[in-house]
Amino acid sequence: MGEKRSRSFYVLAAFFAAYVLFLYGPMFAIYILSFQGPDGGLTFPMNGVSLHWFSKVFSGTGIVDIGAAFRRSLELGLVVMVLTVILSVSAGMAFRKSFSGATFLFYVAIASLIMPSIITSLGIALEFRLFDDFMIKNGAEGWTTAMGLFTSGLGAHLTWTLPFGLLIMFAIFNRFDSRLEEAARDLGATPWQTFRHVVLPIILPSVVGIGLFGFTLSWDELARSSQAIGSVNTLPLELQGLTTTVTKPDIYALGTLTSAVSFLVIFLALIVILVLQARQRRHGSDAGKGMV
Amino acid sequence: MNSSQPDAISGLAAQKRRGKSFSGVTEIGLSMIQDRKSFFAWLQAAPMMLVFALFFLLPLVFVTIVSAWDYNEYEMIPAFSLRGYTDTFEGCVADLPDLCTILKTYLKTLQLCLMTWSLTLLIGFTVAYFLAFHIRSKTWQIVLTLLCTIPFWTSNVIRMIAWIPLLGRNGLVNNALEGMGLIHQPLEWLLFSEFSVVLALVHLFTFFMVVPIFNSMIRIDKRLIEAAYDAGATGWQTLVNVVIPLSKPGIVIGSIFVITIVMGDFVTIGVMGGEQIASAGKIIETRLNALQFPAAAANAVILLGITILIISALTRIVDIRKEL
Repeated sequence: MGEKRSRSFYVLAAFFAAYVLFLYGPMFAIYILSFQGPDGGLTFPMNGVSLHWFSKVFSGTGIVDIGAAFRRSLELGLVVMVLTVILSVSAGMAFRKSFSGATFLFYVAIASLIMPSIITSLGIALEFRLFDDFMIKNGAEGWTTAMGLFTSGLGAHLTWTLPFGLLIMFAIFNRFDSRLEEAARDLGATPWQTFRHVVLPIILPSVVGIGLFGFTLSWDELARSSQAIGSVNTLPLELQGLTTTVTKPDIYALGTLTSAVSFLVIFLALIVILVLQARQRRHGSDAGKGMV
Repeated sequence: MNSSQPDAISGLAAQKRRGKSFSGVTEIGLSMIQDRKSFFAWLQAAPMMLVFALFFLLPLVFVTIVSAWDYNEYEMIPAFSLRGYTDTFEGCVADLPDLCTILKTYLKTLQLCLMTWSLTLLIGFTVAYFLAFHIRSKTWQIVLTLLCTIPFWTSNVIRMIAWIPLLGRNGLVNNALEGMGLIHQPLEWLLFSEFSVVLALVHLFTFFMVVPIFNSMIRIDKRLIEAAYDAGATGWQTLVNVVIPLSKPGIVIGSIFVITIVMGDFVTIGVMGGEQIASAGKIIETRLNALQFPAAAANAVILLGITILIISALTRIVDIRKEL
């Protein structure tokens, strides 16, 4: 690796730029097209510029009740985010000590991550269907179904977000200096105090990252929810349904709105992470100088 | 990450033991502490285990059981029957030497899988190589990695429909080609075809290759590469003999991700194939829509078996746990 940029650098840089263009180009095409004029179609050229298709989405004309799906996805995403963070941090702490079943849990998490989504989804659907049959046969009055957004749907999303959370926790603790905890213990801190005042502040930026993964993966989840969501749909499911029927740019407007939420969450999370890291650096510099 | 961490305990931990040895504690006290610690750790992991047990392991058990149940037009019947399997392989013997539907579908799925895998590997490896070896500043590395990650945090469906204005009959590509006089009528195979399916799969899932390969590459000791140069190896020789063998774990992990995703995919193949292309995942969905749960479950078991075969073949090459 010489100091001067080699020719391969420029070739690879061009390749990378092409890849980024490939990643973002198509998305920007629909963001632009969602501002299509009222007479515009699904493709370029733009036929004027307007917010017509956004207002159409908001008024709900033509397509299904998008507002409700939007709210449902948002609520589910927030619940999934909170649970992913709590369960991942807790399990991540557990993996630092040895406990029976640690290897098993690790492999189950990996299996859940790479399991074809349709199989997980089918399994959850079967589980709830059999449970419903059982309840009805055993005379539960007016029992309809246990399947729903915050039962089967939530479970399906967690099988997808938790492995990511756990892997991020592994990555955090691989770089974690455990002498810090020992020092806290030696100074008389209880396990909870050690966690609350020593471990958590250090890992907090990465924990925000877990939250980011938890929300965005849930917000965009489709395959696992497909069979396991019950009678109501999340936003991605509505969108998928629309792909076969809609011939107007309102689907682009909806796509732009959905992405806007994703980008907002990503942006907020990154800001929080940066702020936390900056604070850590500031406080870190005091360390070892006898300050409390 | 934070170089000042050790300072925080300077003078304290310095004289302290580093490992987890409890030199000052008696044997009995040690094992009691260990037991309590282990139990506490078990409690911490229990909620996650519970979620996986309820929504992953138990469902898999049900899939296996139901796959051996009988069914009629509208419900499953809890009686042993292999109809789900025999229906799936219907005509496989009778139609010989022609391939039956299920075999054709699996061949098609494997073919899509292979195309997607080779493309994602090629692109993913190149991108990861650029990020790991050519970007020298840490900040730039983070910024560029983030640039590749952001689309992963946005919706897959939207990233699929994003191709419509580009590849459609009146899309940008067709218009451009017509404008240049290269074609006289729009190319029909650009959208809702195998081409667009593979394109979308590569678009969506190259990320799963980039991350693990980058992760492997970043750990390669740069002195090894310098040594190779000093020993007179060309750039190409270094790549083949040093970088690729040392990136193998990342390549295998990325491959497992991409292959399992594509094998079970039905959304991308459905949307980008115009619901016209059959795949292993699509069969399950179709059976489910027809409320033939045992048949769907039987197909899921078959898909699972094939996926496990592929993964175990790949993990022979590398121990995943060591690589995290």
